[in-house]
Amino acid sequence: MNDVSIPFAYAFAASDCGGLRLGVRGTEVTMRCSGALWLAGQRMLIVADLHLEKGSSYAARGQMLPPYDTRETLGRLEAEVVALAPEVVVLLGDTFHDRKSEGRLAGDDADRLRALAAGRTLIWVVGNHDADGPQALPGETADEIAVAGLILRHEPQAGAQPGEVAGHLHPAAKVRAPRGTVRRRCFVTDGERVILPAFGAYAGGLNVRDVAFAGMFVRPPLAGALGVDRVRAVGWRQLAGD
Amino acid sequence: MADAGSSAELLPPRFRDWFAGRGWSARTHQLEMVAKGREGRDALLIAPTGGGKTLAGFLPSLIELSERPPANTPRGLHTIYISPLKALAVDVERNLNAPILEMGLNVVAESRTGDTGIARRQRQRVKPPDILLTTPEQLALLCAWEGARLYFEDLSCVILDEIHTLHASKRGDLLALDLARLQALAPRMRRVGLSATVDDPLVIKNWMASHRAVDVVAPLRAPSTASRSPSPVLFGTGEERNGADRSSPASAGEVDRRVGAETEGALVAHGPSSIALVRGPAGAEPVVDVLLSEGRVPWAGHTAQHAMQEVYDVIKRSRTALVFVNTRFQAEFAFQELWRLNDDSLPIALHHGSLAAEQRRKVEAAMARGELRAVVCTSTLDLGIDWGDVDLVIQLASPKGASRMVQRIGRANHRLDEPSRALFVPANRFEMLECQAAREAIAENKLDGDPPRVGALDVLAQHVMGCAVSEPFDMLELYEEVRSAGPYRDLPWEDFEAVVDFVSTGGYALKTYDRFRRIIQLPDGRWKVRDLNVAQRHRLNVGAIVSPAMLAVRIAMRGNRGGRKIGEVEEGMLEMLDPGDTFVFAGQVWELVGVTNLDVLVRPANHKDPKMPSWGGSKFALSTYLAKRVRQLMFDENHWSVLPTDVREWLGAQKDRSRIVGEDEMLLETFPRGKRNFMVVYPFEGRLAHTTLAMLLTRRLERLGVGPLGFVCNDYAMAIWALNPLDGLDFDALFDQDMLGDDLESWLQESFMMKRAFKGCAIIAGLIEKRFPGEQQKTGRQITFSTDLIYDVLRRHEPDHLLLRCARADAASGLIDVARLGDMLARIRGRIRHAPLEHLSPFSVPILLEIGKERSPGQAGEMILAEAEEDLIAEAMT
Repeated sequence: MNDVSIPFAYAFAASDCGGLRLGVRGTEVTMRCSGALWLAGQRMLIVADLHLEKGSSYAARGQMLPPYDTRETLGRLEAEVVALAPEVVVLLGDTFHDRKSEGRLAGDDADRLRALAAGRTLIWVVGNHDADGPQALPGETADEIAVAGLILRHEPQAGAQPGEVAGHLHPAAKVRAPRGTVRRRCFVTDGERVILPAFGAYAGGLNVRDVAFAGMFVRPPLAGALGVDRVRAVGWRQLAGD
Repeated sequence: MADAGSSAELLPPRFRDWFAGRGWSARTHQLEMVAKGREGRDALLIAPTGGGKTLAGFLPSLIELSERPPANTPRGLHTIYISPLKALAVDVERNLNAPILEMGLNVVAESRTGDTGIARRQRQRVKPPDILLTTPEQLALLCAWEGARLYFEDLSCVILDEIHTLHASKRGDLLALDLARLQALAPRMRRVGLSATVDDPLVIKNWMASHRAVDVVAPLRAPSTASRSPSPVLFGTGEERNGADRSSPASAGEVDRRVGAETEGALVAHGPSSIALVRGPAGAEPVVDVLLSEGRVPWAGHTAQHAMQEVYDVIKRSRTALVFVNTRFQAEFAFQELWRLNDDSLPIALHHGSLAAEQRRKVEAAMARGELRAVVCTSTLDLGIDWGDVDLVIQLASPKGASRMVQRIGRANHRLDEPSRALFVPANRFEMLECQAAREAIAENKLDGDPPRVGALDVLAQHVMGCAVSEPFDMLELYEEVRSAGPYRDLPWEDFEAVVDFVSTGGYALKTYDRFRRIIQLPDGRWKVRDLNVAQRHRLNVGAIVSPAMLAVRIAMRGNRGGRKIGEVEEGMLEMLDPGDTFVFAGQVWELVGVTNLDVLVRPANHKDPKMPSWGGSKFALSTYLAKRVRQLMFDENHWSVLPTDVREWLGAQKDRSRIVGEDEMLLETFPRGKRNFMVVYPFEGRLAHTTLAMLLTRRLERLGVGPLGFVCNDYAMAIWALNPLDGLDFDALFDQDMLGDDLESWLQESFMMKRAFKGCAIIAGLIEKRFPGEQQKTGRQITFSTDLIYDVLRRHEPDHLLLRCARADAASGLIDVARLGDMLARIRGRIRHAPLEHLSPFSVPILLEIGKERSPGQAGEMILAEAEEDLIAEAMT
């Protein structure tokens, strides 16, 4: 376990938002409290798994979840754009919950998505829920993006993938203490690759101890758990399974 | 009332012979119930357990069924019996079939519960029995059938057993709505309630009655055998009419309320005042003792460990004892302790709701055969299942209410001519006061009353969906029907509209779901369910009990697979344990191996000392009435003679070193201790109300700059400690009722209790589903997580949504006891008695002993994460 500390030790200083700065494959990244990843050198903001229109997707099947998830998620994203003024915004796949989601967008929500593409580059990395990319909304569509020694894609590839930045798995960290248990969305990284938490308001989480994460890391990873105003670095041995 | 002569008139020969053949004669209240049945009247029978109550309920139906002329066509359901417990329905089936067989009646009585096999359920649907014994949840399901109208059209009688346990709850709301539905389908249906002794029968009458303004209905049958005493014609009283007028909306228009008016015969109403009240014999006064444990009553704690030897000795001297406790943890603990002392190897068993059904049934069967000397049990055995020869009821730790205790005492000695015997075993000094107060309340026959209840809107939403699934409904007609149910008699039209809108589209201000409606309007304006899929999913989710996520406890097999199931535990309990930890369950010590999906894997532990998870004392709050009696007892020094010496000395020391205040006053002590300043109050209002009070006071003290550091609560007292002295504060202002305004609102919004309440309401109202057809059930943890997300989004975007209103109401009543707190603040206004002390007081010792034992769920999240991070930093630095 001791070698875990080496690649991260310098980076525990919190960033100005309470986020966590550390190196992934030698590139400095900031894990933000919102669940977004910020590449300051590239002025690039990355968010994964927005699952827009998940509420209406359930409603179409007869479960009337509150129809406010899209505006809630977009509100969080807009706040990050205002705070950081990125040149590039990357939506790292599963931006829509299903293939018909774009058609169900309320008019004002669609306008807000268009505004995100104005004056900056908006890139839609496609995922399993939205493999075709947007139909009418602006922005570029990509399967993968290579930037600053990192490779951005939706679904993490099996085996060692140095420099990979991915989403898809919705990682969540569970920490157990005598006084109770806390479960939060989290980043998870071993310094070689990083998996982002889901950004969408209705996206659930998968425990990082789940077998879905097995074999992805060259050393026991740490979780960047999303706290109220800080991202908390939590070591592997502190993490509990479900 | 009924003498031998009327017995001959009321009972057909076969019934008279049956009674005589067993050496019995029918009891007065049984005959009275028969008479009310003949008159076609609704009736409420109040009788102690063991008074032949259930038979009294069934006699009118049995007589009617025995007098039917033979029929060539299949008949419909005649009588439905509703029990709060599955086990009780099955038990009554057995007890009812005995007289049916012995009298050779051509009557089929069958139970139908969640455990009934599919083949039998399907047969019951095609070919209904004469008498169906079932639960409120099953009834809701039956009412949501497509063929419900036809199925119930011949229904003559509905019998509601143990009604006192049902009415003041969401299950009671649902049942009242289904009664209204049944009455609409079967206008001639009679309502019969059976209840244990209650403080105020009118509350129950109001719940079980039909509140239709003019509910005009023909009696069951023209009086023939009872024609000598023609039944009076009864209409609704003025009281009922007023109730209806008050809530009639102008917009509702004129509705034909004369349901069933065209049927022939005399007219009988179903309002609360037309329900005949029948009382059973009072029975012999119970003999209740309090175990004094001279010199050894502990300061604090909930286990009564100090008294186990005495309890064991009492069991040894009794035939069969029921040992009641208030929580499963206490049950496990007491069972362990008794077996540790059990040198005579007495057959002592354990029974609580977490054990596997099979194991519970084994215990019940052994009990019925009279093979057990004692059973340690929780409220799962509160209700009147009839087993054998219990001659003593032992209550470990305080019963928290006189009514609950009367019910428990009723389990001893089902023969009314002999007194029931009960023994209270207080677990600490405050409980000693409580048990004495309860003993005296029972001796004076004073019971705690239930607060009035308003029907919950999430339950109504489920019911409206059920109606739409069964057949198309007219909104105005359904509104009138719903308001005939007691808990909903004052339902405003606007709320009903909001509920229907919720059922259809989710009821959001943002109208984007109109095309996904779950119920749709027909051209004639009636509403029906959209499609079979929606209907099917509703049926899978019917019911108004939302229990915490339960995990199965299984013995670990090779390869981390789960073997035999031992029982179920609440998910919350697991959060306190790590693999390798040991705990007591089902009377044994187990080691936690791990948790997979919905299974908790365990293996028998080698060592005998379990790491006991801390338990939060009793789950019941002291009833308001009993709390008052405890305060009286404390204040009245002459009364102290009933208490053991050490408790008397404790009270005396409190009087000398601090003070004891009047029954309507509240003692407030302040004193320094270590580097902290303490404030302790003794409202006796229960842990929930105290915790809410402490949360709100902490916010206020923060604003006052006192620097509160923490608090702890139990059922009697609350302690807050702070950096700065608290003596100089204006306590009347601090405890002012206005804390229940904005402070409460802002605290509640963020609290985990609102999230928990919201989840319960969301499941009941059908916003989220317990399970999808054909879909694997997800783990409870994932469900919790996603309802929290929904709550957060809804709260930000539509804070006045129907379900948030429901959740707020639930949290305020069930989870944080705001009503109780409000009454208390009103009571102590201007009556706070401050005792500034230099040292802690004798009264404060028990509460101070609890510091550090409490968990603070919800609050601790960030702290736990911060500590986990420190651990990583420490690791990185070494």
